[in-house]
Amino acid sequence: MNQEELKNKISEIKDKLESIEQPLENRMYLTCKAENNYDISKFLFEDVKARFVTVTGIDAEHCFEVLYHFSYDQTSCVITVKAIISDRENPSIESITSILPAAEWIEREIHDVLGIDFKNHPNMRRLILSDDWPEGVYPLRKEIKK
Amino acid sequence: MKESIKKPVLAVGPFHPLQEEMEFFQLTVDGEIVTDIDVRISYNHRGIEKISETLQFDQVPYLVSRICGICSASHPLAYVQAVEEIAGITPPERALYVRTIINELERIHSHMLWVGLAGHFIGYDTVFMWAWKYREPVLDLLEEITGNRNNYGNVKIGGCREDVPNEIIGKMLKELDALEKKTDMLTKAVLDDPVLHARLKGVGILSYEDAVKYAVTGPTARGSGVAIDVRRDDPYAAYADLDWNVITQPEGDVFAKAVVRLLEVFESIKIIRQAAKKLPDGPIAVEVKEIPAGEAVGHTEAPRGETFHYVRSDGGNRPVRHKVRAPSFVNVPSFKASCIGEEIPDVTITLAAVDPCYSCTERLAVIDENNKIVHDYETLLKLSREKTAKMKKEML
Amino acid sequence: MSWKIWSLKKSPWVFHVNVGACNNCDIEIVNCLTPKFDIERFGMKLVGSPRHADALLVTGVGTRQAVVRLREVYRQTSKPCVVFIIGACACGTGIFHNGYHVAGPVDKVIKEVDPNAIIAYVPGCPPKPEAIISGVVKALSAI
Ligand code: SF4
Repeated sequence: MNQEELKNKISEIKDKLESIEQPLENRMYLTCKAENNYDISKFLFEDVKARFVTVTGIDAEHCFEVLYHFSYDQTSCVITVKAIISDRENPSIESITSILPAAEWIEREIHDVLGIDFKNHPNMRRLILSDDWPEGVYPLRKEIKK
Repeated sequence: MKESIKKPVLAVGPFHPLQEEMEFFQLTVDGEIVTDIDVRISYNHRGIEKISETLQFDQVPYLVSRICGICSASHPLAYVQAVEEIAGITPPERALYVRTIINELERIHSHMLWVGLAGHFIGYDTVFMWAWKYREPVLDLLEEITGNRNNYGNVKIGGCREDVPNEIIGKMLKELDALEKKTDMLTKAVLDDPVLHARLKGVGILSYEDAVKYAVTGPTARGSGVAIDVRRDDPYAAYADLDWNVITQPEGDVFAKAVVRLLEVFESIKIIRQAAKKLPDGPIAVEVKEIPAGEAVGHTEAPRGETFHYVRSDGGNRPVRHKVRAPSFVNVPSFKASCIGEEIPDVTITLAAVDPCYSCTERLAVIDENNKIVHDYETLLKLSREKTAKMKKEML
Repeated sequence: MSWKIWSLKKSPWVFHVNVGACNNCDIEIVNCLTPKFDIERFGMKLVGSPRHADALLVTGVGTRQAVVRLREVYRQTSKPCVVFIIGACACGTGIFHNGYHVAGPVDKVIKEVDPNAIIAYVPGCPPKPEAIISGVVKALSAI
């Protein structure tokens, strides 16, 4: 697929997306609601055959953003799916570990540092924080200063 | 009531008898066969992503170069590329070439380091000592260029901090020639050695499908036949102007990974030679005033795989979010696919765990009573080659 | 000089403890063993257990998860022993000083276990192998 075909392919799932941004020729940002993220990731991995890179969790003050980065290496395009979680009290999103085992660790890490719950994750134990780290303190949230 | 019987668990770590980071592996075993594996990290978690939010944009490269000592050129480069993308900065041509040279020198010494350690893990310390000896001149070169043997801190937003002086280039090329010869010898010795074949072939296989599912990168992926390399797929620095090959091996075992790394050293030498020849004149940095609001990703090919940085700016002087994905973060979990069903001693090399034992054959000289050197380096080398050839015949 | 100290100074065996380093300090330590520096000539070597060690080489900031194990390792080391604190991180947590997961610096942690511990510092980021060797020599001749 070249870049044009990739764009057409991605527009197949347009109804699940809020917006498609393309600041550079080979960088794409797809914004969606949290509940659509699973389908989009599945589409990108299985149909587009993009390579999973990682997930970024962001505390954006009024909401949480979970960014799924994929890389489509043929056209060097980095596709970022931006899932917005508006519920700040009980943030949760569907886990994609069942399609992509590579996401297991990073989802556990985000759970540790931001307190976002990944539904249907097979193994949501603590990964990155120490054994004596207090429950319910999420260091990457903005209200934690040090 | 079979389930209630506790399976034996073998603990590896957190302090390995050699170096490298702490990790804690729990291998569930059935006899000699590993049936499950669990990894606990956190020992090395320093909270870099949070610290990064407290630093200014131009300070962060020095922080991220300290994420991992061996990848201390690729992490800052990935970060800097992301920031340059946000601000729309194009660094001068010469800076791109300098970045390429530093990154490839880093790849050479890192691959040599790995080859040495791999040799050490299987109790083959000759390889360890050789490989580590050969990487020393590379470290000296880096020290001459950047001022430090590791943690060069040489990239900054908009260019580079230190130039590769034209006087050093001749010396660098000479060192590389010497290194090429030695690596050639080492590669042949490794590829030819029946002991290494017996020990590494067919061990810890990561299949192509698993490599895709676990999204591994770098030599781990290329050793399983997945031909990805950021340097080729999304060219940065000066890679687009240079001519080199992506090395892949289809087998996916430990041996294939070793071969990929050894052959990549030659490609790196090739890249540096071309870059040194084409090195354009001019400044090595542009002035950077402000970083506007925005977000961007930057990725580079570190020796271990793709290093991925995501940076978001709100127009202030510090990043509001800086995400780092080091290659090992995806490569390590693939142990789940490659280790299960293996025997314990094989798992230890696949995990690169340790068999502590040191020796040093390099400076060995057998001296007879009259203090005349009977066997020196050259003859010993010859003798050991003959021995290897003999063993090879016997084993085949 | 008691015989214990005397024997400590000859051919010290070291155990290497990484408590959250970036790996560079660790690599430079291993570099000391390889042909260019080769301190094994003097009978120094890395051992696989703290119980065999005369000295600990500690690198890294001391993360929350690791300092608990560091205390344990120090307790297990046969006494008397020297603790070498290698690198800017270990000496004073360096660039990571305001990290949320940092519980170092290392000397504080060691002194909690044993206020009279013999501690030697080798700063640098990373200290060159020459610096490590010279630090070890200086410290041993000062005991
Ligand atoms: S002192 Fe420097 S080189 Fe050593 S572990 Fe710390 S950051 Fe790495």
